[in-house]
Amino acid sequence: MESRGLTLTLGPSDDRRRPLALTPREDLLGFIGSYLGRAVLFLITGTSVLAVLLILLFVILRSVPFLRDFGVGEFLTSRAWRPTADEPVFGALTLIVGSLYVSIAALLFAVPVGILAAVFLSDIVSWKIRNVAKPVVEILAAIPSVAYGFFAVLVLAPWMQRRFGFSTGTNALNASVILAIMALPTIISVAEDAISALGRELREASYSLGATRLETMTKVVIPAAHSGIIAAVVLGMMRAIGETMVVWMASGNATQIPHPWWDLSQSIRTMTATIAGEMGEAPEGGAHRSALFAVGVVLLLMTFVLNIVSEYFLSRAKKAAGKS
Amino acid sequence: MQKMLISALLFSLLVGGSVQAQTLQIEGSTTVGPIADAFAEYFKRVYPDLNITVKKTGSGDGAAALADGRCDIATMSRFMKDKEFKDAVGNGVYPVAHVVAMDGVCVVVHPSNPVGALTTAQIRDIYAGKITNWSQVGGPSMPIVVISRDTSSGTYETFDEIVMAKQPMGPGVEYVNANPQAHARVKTTQGAIGYVGIGFLDREVKAIMVDQVAPNRQTIASGVYPVARPLFLFTNGYPKLGSMVHRFCAFYLTEKGQELVEAKGFVPLTAY
Repeated sequence: MESRGLTLTLGPSDDRRRPLALTPREDLLGFIGSYLGRAVLFLITGTSVLAVLLILLFVILRSVPFLRDFGVGEFLTSRAWRPTADEPVFGALTLIVGSLYVSIAALLFAVPVGILAAVFLSDIVSWKIRNVAKPVVEILAAIPSVAYGFFAVLVLAPWMQRRFGFSTGTNALNASVILAIMALPTIISVAEDAISALGRELREASYSLGATRLETMTKVVIPAAHSGIIAAVVLGMMRAIGETMVVWMASGNATQIPHPWWDLSQSIRTMTATIAGEMGEAPEGGAHRSALFAVGVVLLLMTFVLNIVSEYFLSRAKKAAGKS
Repeated sequence: MQKMLISALLFSLLVGGSVQAQTLQIEGSTTVGPIADAFAEYFKRVYPDLNITVKKTGSGDGAAALADGRCDIATMSRFMKDKEFKDAVGNGVYPVAHVVAMDGVCVVVHPSNPVGALTTAQIRDIYAGKITNWSQVGGPSMPIVVISRDTSSGTYETFDEIVMAKQPMGPGVEYVNANPQAHARVKTTQGAIGYVGIGFLDREVKAIMVDQVAPNRQTIASGVYPVARPLFLFTNGYPKLGSMVHRFCAFYLTEKGQELVEAKGFVPLTAY
C-alpha cells in the first residue's frame, strides 16, 4: 500500500495577488456565490433553531392534557409522587426541590474551589503550566457521567457510611459532591477566561498603589471579572441541574424533602432522575407519561431561565473585557 | 487474500440467497432477560440461520411491544394487566401466557444484621415508613434504610401487590433501577433492607424468612414462600406447532432448558 501525503499549501495564496477590482463576470459569480453561501448558512442555522423550537413544542404539547386534567397547582405543590398506585398522585414538589437542592449544594462546593483554581491558573502559575493544566481540567468534563455514578455508588457511598456514620451513602451529599466535580471544569474554564481577559494595566495599577498580591486578587481582579465569574457559576449550575445519570445513581431517589432542610445525609430525588427512571415503562398515552413530560417542561423552563441569566452576564463580561 | 475474500463473499451471497433467514424478536422484562438470553444463546447454536434478538426494556414495554406487533415473544415478570389485554386485543393480538419458571422475591438485609425473620405485616410497615428502626423488630438500634426497585419494574409490582397490598410506600424509600443495584446497596449498607429475585442471592446479603418461610427452591416452586411469582412468555395466540416461537416457548420443558433456568438462578417448574 502506497500512502501519499496530502499536500497542503500554507501561507498567503495566489488570491493575494489578484486585483481588487473584479471583472463583471467575476462580480456576478461572486454575487451568486455569496447569496448561495448565505442561503446555506441560513438553512443550517434555521434548522438548529427549528429543532429547539420543535422539541419545546413537543414537550409542552405532550404535557398539556395532563396539566389540564390534574391541575398545575396540585402538580407543583403536592409532595406525593405515586405514579403507579391505583389512584396515581403526581406531586412534583419533592422532585423540583430535590433538583434545586443538589444543584445548589454542588455549587457551594464547586464555586469556591472553581474560582480559586481559576485565579491560580490565570495569575499565579506560569503560562507553561497553565497551558497544560487547563486542558487537563477540561478533560474532567469528558468523563462519562455513568463512570462518575459508578464511583459514587461503589466507592463514595460506602466510604461516607463508614466515615460519617450515615445510615445511607446514596444521599444528597453524595450526589452534590459528584455534581460539584462535574461542574468544576465549566466553572474553572469560564472563570479563568474572564479573569485572563482583564488587561494587565488593572493589575499593574493595583501593584503600583502598593497593594499586595492577595489584595489585588480579592479587591481588584475578582470584582472586575465578576460578570464572567457569575456566568461561570450559572453555567455550572445548568450542568448540575440537567445531569441525569449521576443523580439517578447517587442520590437514592427517595421522594422526600430533607428534614431538617440542611441535612445532606438524606436521600432525595431529582426531576431528571425521575424522567430517566420511569419513562421506560410509563405506558404511551397514560397519565404517568404525560406527567413525566410535565416534569420535563419544568426542567426546561428552569434551564431556560438560567441560560438567559448566563447569557446576560457573559455579554456583560465581554463588554467589560472590551473596555479595559 | 483478495481471492479468498471474494469467494467468501460470493459464497455467503449464495447461501444467504438460498436460505431464508428466520427472525425471532423477544422483548420485555429485565428479570426474565437472563433466561431469554440463555435460551437465545442455545438456539443460535442449534439453528445458525436464526436471527434472534432479546431486548430487556421492562415487562410493560414487552406487553406494549407484543400488542403493537413489534415482537414475537414478550417476556414478563408479572401477568398482563386488563388494560394491556384490551390494548392487545384492540390491535388484533391475542396474548397467550406460557409460564417458564418461578421466581421468588427475596427480602434481604445486611449479613451483620441479627434479624432473620419478619412477617409480611412488618415488612409492609417498614416500607410504609411506620417502622423506622431495627430495634422495633427485635434488632439493634439502627435506622432502617429501605431500598426498593423503581416503580416501573415487574419485581416492584410483585412486591407491591403481595407485600404492600397496594399500600403506598413511605417518602424515605430509596429507589434503585435494577436487581444488581439493589443487591449492591444492601451489601454495602448496614441498616438496609431490600428485595431481589432469587437469582441474585449470594453470601454477601442475608435472605430473611418471611412469615416463617425461608426462600429456597422448594418453597418457591411450591408457592409456600409468600412472595413467589411465575415468570411468563407471552405470544400472539398459541404458537404454531413446530414454529420457532413454539420451539422457544416449549424449550423450558426440556432437560436442557430446565438446566439453563436453574443455571440462571430461577426455579424450574418441571421435575426431572
